[in-house]
Amino acid sequence: MTTILSIRDLRKSYADGFEALKGVSLDIREGEILALLGPNGAGKTTLISTICGITTPTSGSVTVGGHDIQEEFRAARQMIGLVPQEIALEPFEKVMNTVRFSRGLFGKRANDGRIEEVLRKLSLWDKRRNAIKELSGGMKRRVLIAKALAHDPRVLFLDEPTAGVDVELRKDMWEIVAELKAAGVTIILTTHYIEEAEAIADRIGVINKGELLLVEDKAKLMARMGRKQLDVLLTRPISTIPASLARHNLLLGAAGDVLIYTYDTHADRTGITTLLNDVAEAGLVLRDVVTRQSSLEEIFVTLVKGETQ
Amino acid sequence: MNWAAIAAIYRFEMARFFRTLAQSFISPVLSTSLYFVVFGTAIGSRIQEIEGVSYGAFIVPGLIMLSVVMLSISNASFGIYFPKFLGTVYELLSAPVNFIEIVIGYVGAAATKALFVGLVILVTASFFVDLRIEHPFAMAAFLVLTCLSFSLLGFIVGIWASNFEQMSLVPQLVVTPLIFLGGTFYSISMLPPVWQTVTLFNPVVYLISGFRWSFYGLADVPVGLSLLAIAGFTGLCLAVIWWIFRTGWRIRS
Ligand SMILES: Nc1ncnc2c1ncn2[C@@H]1O[C@H](COP(=O)(O)OP(=O)(O)O)[C@@H](O)[C@H]1O
Ligand SMILES: [Mg+2]
Repeated sequence: MTTILSIRDLRKSYADGFEALKGVSLDIREGEILALLGPNGAGKTTLISTICGITTPTSGSVTVGGHDIQEEFRAARQMIGLVPQEIALEPFEKVMNTVRFSRGLFGKRANDGRIEEVLRKLSLWDKRRNAIKELSGGMKRRVLIAKALAHDPRVLFLDEPTAGVDVELRKDMWEIVAELKAAGVTIILTTHYIEEAEAIADRIGVINKGELLLVEDKAKLMARMGRKQLDVLLTRPISTIPASLARHNLLLGAAGDVLIYTYDTHADRTGITTLLNDVAEAGLVLRDVVTRQSSLEEIFVTLVKGETQ
Repeated sequence: MNWAAIAAIYRFEMARFFRTLAQSFISPVLSTSLYFVVFGTAIGSRIQEIEGVSYGAFIVPGLIMLSVVMLSISNASFGIYFPKFLGTVYELLSAPVNFIEIVIGYVGAAATKALFVGLVILVTASFFVDLRIEHPFAMAAFLVLTCLSFSLLGFIVGIWASNFEQMSLVPQLVVTPLIFLGGTFYSISMLPPVWQTVTLFNPVVYLISGFRWSFYGLADVPVGLSLLAIAGFTGLCLAVIWWIFRTGWRIRS
């Protein structure tokens, strides 16, 4: 697969000396959906702003479609569409005009037919003559997307597109993202909702305190980090784990009625059969057995915690 | 040059103006009429003529300059301040445009609006007094240059300001006094000699003097000096704007 966006050792220190990006390197593949996952203040917006030209990098380089974002800023920026984190629109302007403005600003010849397509795709066509201030919050977010798409970018940045939006709109947003991907647009979105990354991304990058901790295919990441947990529920509580079960590294639940066993789904043997045999031999009676897959959330918490320690 | 971007900015800014066209038209007509009623009749009845020109006609160039200067500053400063205030400036910063294109778009629109109002005042004034324009080309040149240079200044103010109070600071604390003390309503030669010298440090004097010369051939300072002054002022504003965009001062963090 070809690389459409390449980031090399990107650093950003703000005027107050705060280093928001501490040497980020990342290659983004054409046509993929990359989710950048990280807590508030991780540097997600700073990363996007630096790529898009809103802040200037302190050092490092970024190329978009082979064009350096500073040396060849016109060619680079023409390929990029940006949907910012905060809703920022001229309240008195009409929807159609503000989208036309965006297209012109990016140097594209006026083409109302194309703008109609974009507005229809985002269910905004009926609102084209409305002033922005007459729209709901969800509609405004769509207008931001329409503006970002007005010049037919190859790469789209969505900075927390679903922060603070209701469930329905979030589903709509995911659909829009899926359609754009089908149309060949490369999408980089930031989020601090793990379920979002899990639901729509091809690859996931985890960022914290200005550092990219990892970037991996979503499925691989979950499999690699994925550990399963087996809860053995007992009919009668016990106070200590029998010595004969010591080799299984079990944990005893607080109420004494559950034994917790953790295993790696990729190991040759999970050890479940021997565990259950040993449990029976120890004279314990089972009430139920439950398995759980650790979610991306747990993986994420582990990573971020590991980083802060 | 990204001409499409310049056109987009210019059109977007002008759309704001056309939305309130009636207002943009009525208020200069009204304020000009008031000036003639108050200054023309109250003061004009005491000062009959200045160097052969009726007082009413004498103040017309100054009145036009007063409005054009104030409007250029406020149009251009609000034009660029609003995107900062609303956050929509992200789009300008991430677009394939350079600072020259941004400045042409915003300053061009601000200057156009001010020019329009200047012409409205000129026409309104012609209903009250006998106007004669001895040097129409020089008149047009002074008017256009003034609109442009003060729109550039307004653009700088809009980028510098971080709140609405600061937006009115420069026009009210600096420009208004300079204009009123710059010979809008009187001839410098009417002042005591010491004040005549002090006044020469006021750049607006050169502006109004030159502009009045293009109407009546009367000037407080040589007209060449007036042209030089406004050209120098334009150059200074351009240099400051170039520096702002080169360093990203107050716009790019
Ligand atoms: N203009 C700025 N000046 C100084 N510090 C900033 C500025 N913008 C962001 N920061 C700091 O940089 C860090 C990363 O911010 P940001 O990129 O917005 O994070 P995220 O989008 O991941 O929540 C935060 O600690 C934030 O306070
Ligand atoms: Mg952010």
